[in-house]
Amino acid sequence: MKWARVAAIVFLVVVSAACLLADFVAPAPYSHQFRDVPDAAPSRQHLLGTDDLGRDRFSRLLYGTRVSLLLAPAAALLSSLLAALIGGTAGFVGGWLQRSVMAATDLFLSLPWLFLLITVRALLPLNVAPITSVLITFALLGCLGWAAAARVICADARTLGSSDFMLLARASGSSGFRLLWRHLLPNLKPILFAQFWISIPVFILTEANLGILGLGVAEPLPSWGSLLRELESFSAFSGHPWQFVPLILFIVVVSCFHLALQKQELSA
Amino acid sequence: MKQRLVRLALSLSVVLTISLAAAQSGSELRFCLRAEPKTLNPVLMADEPSETVRYLTGGVLMRLNRLTQQLEPELATSWKVSENGKTISFKLRQNVRFSDGTPFSAEDVAYTMQQLMDPDLHSPTGDAFRSGEGKVITQITGKNHMTVTFPAPVVGLDKLFDQVAIMSAKSPEKEMAVLGPYYVAENKAGSYLILKRNPNYWKHDSSGRQLPHIESVRLDIQQNRDMEMLRLVRGEIDFVNSLDAEYFDKLAAQAPNMATDAGVSLDSEQMWFNQVASSPLPAYKKAWFTSTNFRRAISEAINREDLARVVFRGHARPAVSWVSPANKFWFNAKLQPHPYDQKSALQALAQDGFHMQDGALHDRDGHLVEFSVITNAGNKYRERMATMIQQDLSGIGIRLNVVTLDFPSLIERITRSFDYEACLLGLVNNDLDPNSQMNVWLSSAENHQWNPSQKTPATTWEAEIDTLMRAQASTLDMKKRKHAIDRVQEIVWQQEPFIYLVNKNAMSAVSAAVHNAHPVALTPQVFWNIDQLTLGTEVARNR
Repeated sequence: MKWARVAAIVFLVVVSAACLLADFVAPAPYSHQFRDVPDAAPSRQHLLGTDDLGRDRFSRLLYGTRVSLLLAPAAALLSSLLAALIGGTAGFVGGWLQRSVMAATDLFLSLPWLFLLITVRALLPLNVAPITSVLITFALLGCLGWAAAARVICADARTLGSSDFMLLARASGSSGFRLLWRHLLPNLKPILFAQFWISIPVFILTEANLGILGLGVAEPLPSWGSLLRELESFSAFSGHPWQFVPLILFIVVVSCFHLALQKQELSA
Repeated sequence: MKQRLVRLALSLSVVLTISLAAAQSGSELRFCLRAEPKTLNPVLMADEPSETVRYLTGGVLMRLNRLTQQLEPELATSWKVSENGKTISFKLRQNVRFSDGTPFSAEDVAYTMQQLMDPDLHSPTGDAFRSGEGKVITQITGKNHMTVTFPAPVVGLDKLFDQVAIMSAKSPEKEMAVLGPYYVAENKAGSYLILKRNPNYWKHDSSGRQLPHIESVRLDIQQNRDMEMLRLVRGEIDFVNSLDAEYFDKLAAQAPNMATDAGVSLDSEQMWFNQVASSPLPAYKKAWFTSTNFRRAISEAINREDLARVVFRGHARPAVSWVSPANKFWFNAKLQPHPYDQKSALQALAQDGFHMQDGALHDRDGHLVEFSVITNAGNKYRERMATMIQQDLSGIGIRLNVVTLDFPSLIERITRSFDYEACLLGLVNNDLDPNSQMNVWLSSAENHQWNPSQKTPATTWEAEIDTLMRAQASTLDMKKRKHAIDRVQEIVWQQEPFIYLVNKNAMSAVSAAVHNAHPVALTPQVFWNIDQLTLGTEVARNR
């Protein structure tokens, strides 16, 4: 499987480089509307055709990938760190703290976030630049997405806490912080990685859904979420198959990340 | 030889007639409703699916011909509105029976009016007749003559009866006994309705055959537009009454003979600025939004032709004012849409002290011209229009932020908190008479969106609109009314409290199997002449 890992890394490097150099690689600005050719099929001028407003889909894909590749992992990192902090501490300490934290987590999970997010949007100022809107969106996702992961991490921390190596470490006189830092956290790494990778596609899709509520990335800035929203107008009746390119890229990139980091995860 | 040929032709025509009649006798017209009808009581109907059922089943005193936009006699053979606009007298058609056989009489009209105006029933149809405090008096003046008197003049009184389905006062079937071409034979909640031909329908065609031609109508409840289109292409349904531009183009590419664009409709899309004095906006923004020059400049900087061509794929036309060109009588034909002219826009802005600085527009005090436009999330046409306007306005150095909000939040902002700068929404209009928009144009009205519920008009032109709208509502002289409405359109065109963007076209899809279908811009676009529609024999046989 070494070749697959190498191929995945090469692919990710190419995609990342293309996105970072989008200003030079993209054939057109992401917001420019070629109004004479809306919804055009792929051509030499527009490699992936144009969207409903005549914007070059390839350029938007490059810029959108840049936004999502930077911000979705950032949000996933934030939520995973929060989950590690809350779930790990609760599982490690146990007792009343664990019960209280888990009760709070359950409460957090049971909240109707959709409606709360609508309320949050209603409270936000209207005059927000697109780049600020995208930062707000992913920050919100990062702050709200920790609860499910925290539950899993707490359970894992409980199991690890009663394992033989922890018992040995305790018997050897390791302090609480040392136990947590040197023994527990390294063993939680695989599950943290898993939670991190699960969160990325979830956050990208959530961002797409939030767009429908007005919470997503504001026009004209593209993101994977807003590009995937194009599929809303895909019709089984008569579709444009090239509209699926962002979805395919999204799946391939997430898969490549899994392949590229598999070894690291296993060794962790 | 000649005789033989004549005989052969005659026998062939007899065979054809018999087979056609046989085919029609088992024919079923099928189409989809986008939701379940909320009620089958014609007095209480307000939603579109219920109104479809009412149109197909209800017998009315007079019907607005959707093609000519003229009233035509139905259950009333003639009518007259009194000079003071309070009384309407009818001569009713004789020998008419409800679907259950109960005879139709003036008592039924009186009963329907009583139901319609019953304050406990809160009839949405009845609301249009409520012109003043007091009782509505119905008088039966002869065997087939009656009058209805309202406490105050009702503008466009006769046309309102197009929506009034007459109910039986005596039938044990209550509202299920109807006078229209069909009656509800089966109602499977959430799934379908079957309407059967009314055996007692009074109308006959020119050859004396009882109408309607089609035996039954099946209304399938289908929310998914894709499914509806697929079913049309497969031949499982016969038409789609209303299509949006995207589906229209997809269908036109696959089956061009099915897609019909009946031209511009009564619906409009518009944007407006918040001019509420008590709104939480900074004073300098209030000054922008209340300036006619600023609003005119924004209007001129928007490329309406592009909006119609790109967003609606050519199935819309640049809007002029608040009356659509589809409204043949009331539209002010002297007015033209504001042309796209960024130079003129910048000149208008310069008059108010706006100037360009580093490629961005600033006001006379140096504030960067930036504002947000809100629209309802999920409406892709409005989102696209807002994004195109964003690019258009960037051409004159204005930064526009597009914000999509869920509908309740949007309504909260535009009606209560007034915490917004500009809003882009549309108006679905089914009424030809502009008097129905009194609740928008009077400065004291709650729906006077840019600055609602004013105690006294904030501007002289709003005061003039108030005067004109009240004047047209207090006279039955159509010339005077038309003159007043023309002037209101002119003021709105000049002042642009609403910046009208486009009027959408009315599009529909009709299978080749349906004959005599002439889709129009007014609702119901396809089946407005339901009793004249016929189905091809091959369809009837296959079903």
